[in-house]
This record gives sequence, C-alpha cells and structure tokens, in this order.
Amino acid sequence: MALEKVTLGKSLTSGLRRAMERDPKVVLIGEDIGKLGGVFRITEGLQKDFGEARVIDSPLAESGIVGTAVGLALRGYRPVCEIQFDGFVYPAFDQIVSQVAKLRARSLGAVTMPIVIRIPFGGGIGSPEHHSESPEAYFAHTAGLRVVACSNPEDAHWMIQQAIECDDPVIFFEPKRRYHDRGEYDTAATEAPRGLFEAHIVRPGSDVTMVGYGPVVKTMLESAAAAEADGTSIEVIDLRSLSPLPIDTIVGSVRKTGRLVVVHEASSFLGMASEISAQVTEQCFYDLEAPVIRVNGANIPYPPSRMEEDFLPDLDRILDGVDRALAY
Amino acid sequence: MSDKVVAELHEPTPAVGDGGPDMIQLLTPEGERLSHPDYDKYVADLTPEDLRSFYRDLVLIRRLDAEGYALQRQGELGLWPSLLGQEAAQVGSGRALKPHDMCFPTYREHGVGFVRGMDPQSSLQLFRGVSQGGWDPKDHNFHLYTIVIGAQTLHATGYAMGVKMDGNVGTGDPDRDTAVICYFGDGASSQGDVNEAFVYAASFDAPVVFFCQNNQWAISEPVSKQTRIPLFQRARGFGFPGMRVDGNDVLATYAVTQHCLDEARNGNGPLLIEAFTYRMGAHTTADDPTKYRVSAEVEQWKFRDPILRLKTYLSHEGWADEAFFTRVDEEADQFAAELRHGCITMDTMPGETMWDHVYAEDHPVMEAERAAFQAYQASFEEAN
Repeated sequence: MALEKVTLGKSLTSGLRRAMERDPKVVLIGEDIGKLGGVFRITEGLQKDFGEARVIDSPLAESGIVGTAVGLALRGYRPVCEIQFDGFVYPAFDQIVSQVAKLRARSLGAVTMPIVIRIPFGGGIGSPEHHSESPEAYFAHTAGLRVVACSNPEDAHWMIQQAIECDDPVIFFEPKRRYHDRGEYDTAATEAPRGLFEAHIVRPGSDVTMVGYGPVVKTMLESAAAAEADGTSIEVIDLRSLSPLPIDTIVGSVRKTGRLVVVHEASSFLGMASEISAQVTEQCFYDLEAPVIRVNGANIPYPPSRMEEDFLPDLDRILDGVDRALAY
Repeated sequence: MSDKVVAELHEPTPAVGDGGPDMIQLLTPEGERLSHPDYDKYVADLTPEDLRSFYRDLVLIRRLDAEGYALQRQGELGLWPSLLGQEAAQVGSGRALKPHDMCFPTYREHGVGFVRGMDPQSSLQLFRGVSQGGWDPKDHNFHLYTIVIGAQTLHATGYAMGVKMDGNVGTGDPDRDTAVICYFGDGASSQGDVNEAFVYAASFDAPVVFFCQNNQWAISEPVSKQTRIPLFQRARGFGFPGMRVDGNDVLATYAVTQHCLDEARNGNGPLLIEAFTYRMGAHTTADDPTKYRVSAEVEQWKFRDPILRLKTYLSHEGWADEAFFTRVDEEADQFAAELRHGCITMDTMPGETMWDHVYAEDHPVMEAERAAFQAYQASFEEAN
C-alpha cells in the first residue's frame, strides 16, 4: 500500500503516463499539451518523456484533432484527444458523432475506434462564456460512443487508463473545478477498484437516493452530510458512466429508498436526469414514494460567471430537492 | 494592393475553361500524344498492353456507372452518385497507387475502388441500403465511402501522420515507403475540414496526396461559388505544391499522381492535385442538372471524353483494333449482367443484426434492445 493524497489533475497525469508506458501505440493530441502541459497542466512533463511524436501539439483546430485521431486509429494507434474546454468541442462535433461513433457500424465491425476524447467540463471557475458548459447529453444521445465522467482522484487515475484500453470511443469528462481537489488512494495499486462503466455508491443511505456525476458528486456528499444532521439518510451514487447508463445500481437503490433526486450542472431539458427519470419510472413505478426530482442547471445559456452560483446546483438547492422528494 | 493585383484577384474563374496554361496534359482531346518534360518518364514504360488495360478499366467503370444509374431508375438502388465523365481521373490516379498505399474516397470513387481490386458489388451496398459501407478497408487499402463532405480528408491526414510515425516514409525501400491519397470534390474545398486537413498535413509533413476532382459543379453550384482562384493554387497558401492535371486524360492523371505519390513516399508531402474534369451526369440520381446548367456546356465537354481520346490514340498507334474494342464491349456487357444479378440478389441482413457492430465490447443497451426485438418478432410467430 502506498496511500497518498493526490489532486485529481495529477492523478489523471499519472494515469496517462501509465497508459503510455504500457502501450507504445497510445498517443496524445491536442492544443498546448506539449511544453505547456495543457492549460490545466494535465499532460505536464509527458512530451518531455515521450517525445513530440507521442504528445502532439496540434494546430488550433478541433475538428482536426478528432479527425486526424480517426486516421491515427485506422493506422493502429490509440489516440487520446484533449479538447481544451467543453465549449470548444462543437467544431469537432461532426467528426465525433458522424465519424468516430459510426465507423465501426459502417464497417460491420472491421474497424475499431479506440479513441478517447478528454473534455474538461462544468462551471464554477469564474471563466468567460464557452468555458463552463456541460455538453454530455449531446454525446450520450449518440450510439457508438461511450460517455464517462470522473469525480475524484482515484477514479480519474483508473478511469482514464480503462478508457484508453477500451476498444470503443470514449468521451471522457473531467470536472475542471475539481482538478485541484485532493483525495487519498493507493498509488501503488495495479488494478482498478471498479469497472469503468459501473456506478459507485459513495455513501450508503436509506431515505432518499441521490444520483449525479462529475463536479456535483462532492456537493452531493456535502448535502448528504448536512441532511444526516437533520436525520435524513441519503444514499449517494456517483454515476461515473453516462453511456452505457448503469441503471441497475440506481434501480436497486430506489427500490430500497423509494425516492430519487438526480443532480447535474447541465440544463434539465432532455438531460441525463430526464433519461434516468424515465428509466426509473419504467422499472420502479410501484416502488416510488415520490416523483423523481431533478436538481439541474437552468435552461438558459451558461450565465456570466458572477451569476453562476445561482445557476449551479449548490448545497441548498440540492437539499431543497431532497425536501421536495420527502414531501410526498 | 496595386490595381493590377486586385484586378488579377477578381478575374473570374471561367465556368467552362480549358484548364488554362498550367494544366498538365499528355493526351489531347483529339487523341494526340503530347510530350511533357517532367511527366513523360512516368508513362515511358507503359506497354501497348498496359494502355489497352487502361482502356478496359475506363470502359468497365463507365459500364458500372451506367448500370448503377439504371438500377436506381428501376428501384433497385435508393440513390446512385454517377462518375460519368470522371473515369480517367479515377483510373489514372487509382492505378498510380501501390497496393500498400492507403486510399480515402468520397462516395463517388467506384472506379478507384474497382482498380484497387474491390468487388464492384461493394460499391452498390450502401446505395441499395443493405449496409452503411460494409467492407474492411484493410482488404484493399480502400477506406469506406464518406458521405459527409470533406470529413475523410482529416482521416487521410491522420492516417498519413501515423504512416510517418511508423517510419514508413523516405526510407528508400519501395516496399516500405507508403503514401496516402485522399479524394474530394471542388465543393469540398470550401469545407472547414478540408482546410484543417491542409493545415495538419503541412504542419506534420504528412505523406498525403490530396486529389481534388474538380468536376465544376457541387450539385447546382458552379466552382465559382467555391473559389476565386484555381483550386490547385490553394495549396501554395498552405505551404505545399499544387498542380492541375487534365482529369479527362488518363495518361496525365496517371503520371502526375505517380509523381505526387513518389514525393509523398519520399517524405516531400503533402501535395495537392486538381484533376480538371466534368461531371457529365447529375450529382446523384436525385438531382436535375437541366435546372441549373446549359446543355452547350455539356456538349462542349463531350469532345473531351476520356474514353474516346484513348481509343483514338490506341487506334492511331495501331495498338488496338476493332476486334479488341468489341471484346472490351462484350466484357462490359457480361460485367454489367453480373453486377445486376449480384445487386438484385444481394442479401439483406436480419433486423436483429442492427445492434451487432455498434460497439466493440458488450454494451447492455444493445443486448437489451436486441433481445426485446427478438422477443417481439417471436411473438408474431407464436400468434401464427
């Protein structure tokens, strides 16, 4: 055991490093990821150690990052793309949803697309527009892609390695406002504590199930601790995988608690919470004591940063959601 | 900017040009062999037999195209993108490739696929609606058709970057050095992806040859809606060579493509070829070109027919006689009959296979939906 307190950002760096050491076909491509180590320094030191051919500073063109990654994958490489910010992924949207997602089906399985597209996502860092978005639903809606979001250093370290090993394309969301949060885990471990597409019950409870992913997991845990003081026991589930959706874990919990609150930063309309709500209603209709409650971002463009605290699900708004679920 | 420069920049690209003084040509529309100091060497070794096989390829793919068109009109295909008029651009460039070179087509390169050795039935699958592609690109180093305009130029560039990372460029070993060719049209030259591909290819010295078939029309829009300058000159702005070849001249297309592929294999890529040609038919069978172009233009291009000029050349040189041309026509008849038979007897896969190749690894949604579909289908059988 080598228990260490590591930031989420550094745990991603070490995860990338291990994947690159393990497989010479793993290459990184993105803007500013070389000498600078990325604007969030996630790739810091990797170009120095693995060279410019494996840590590729790309021209400033997102469709090009993903489109050339398709070609690299066809040539037998395992590209890991870095999109600098969530709001910059849209120029690459066609390459992701029309090419990366569909090439396997189009070739009847002859082609594999082992591409990881890393996207720092979510708000709370005081940035200007296009730097704080949560575009996960666009990708989760597209068959052929897998979509995951990490929330803590240990998961980040292992999930990035598992995503790179996956033969399917993975959209990998990183909670940018948690990059500097520290968490303790065994850095000498050689095996992931859980599968990439498994949800994780991070806090057991009996009165209300609460589901979320990425940056809000920490806020959900804080809410659950606050609720505990008021005598309410909340089971917190870190979804981790948005597609495929680990619905069985949620269903199992809801059958126990009878109540569900789904939290995310993305706008509520047709978001992950809508899908979870629909599936839970189909499977747990007679177990539910209350309608599924959504605590999400508003259905507006992401607001200016001085207003973002009103937009983001915070502890009070989450606890209000819990109260609404308990009111039935 | 001087008035002269402004005037030059605003000089319109003619809708129907003769290709201009920069266009490389080895065989005139009248079938006369022209000499070219830079490109003669690439065709010097061609024997009369080679030239006859070029002719055969041209005729067979024109027949493939005619059959595709007819099958669509008879309801056997949902759509057919015609290559009529572009046979020389496709045969010339396709035959310049080595087997280990990689090729990225659009959805119109049925002729390139044919000369790469692909089963011509494969070109029909997508348009018959039995598959969204359906072949393994590794079988003939011929990637799947790409319908989104220009998207494949980035795939080709990335693949070429990989070729270079593999060390398969500039070694001097002809079996190892590898080039990538990427097809697109004049309309695609306006796409962001194509311009991004040019930037990436140039920045990473990727061994890729961009092969633009300028067939003058992007559905209803003339090339003047895509560019103010001749397309081959675009390359210069990205920092690599561009050249214009007579796309209706199979010899020149073959020579120029060989030259560019050699350059790419030697590490001097990327390069751009503009094959100056004309789409004689409609964009696809859903299009009606009589709405937007005049018949005089089409008539003018008929005199530049790629097959006719090679036939004239072969005849004048005494390298082929009427019996040969008749034999090729008969072979084309047979080829068309086989193509037709193959098309109308093509198997449609059972519905439950729709979920089979979406993911490489087990995916619970696919499994659950397939199982539900099978159960639903089975419920009808039980009811009977």
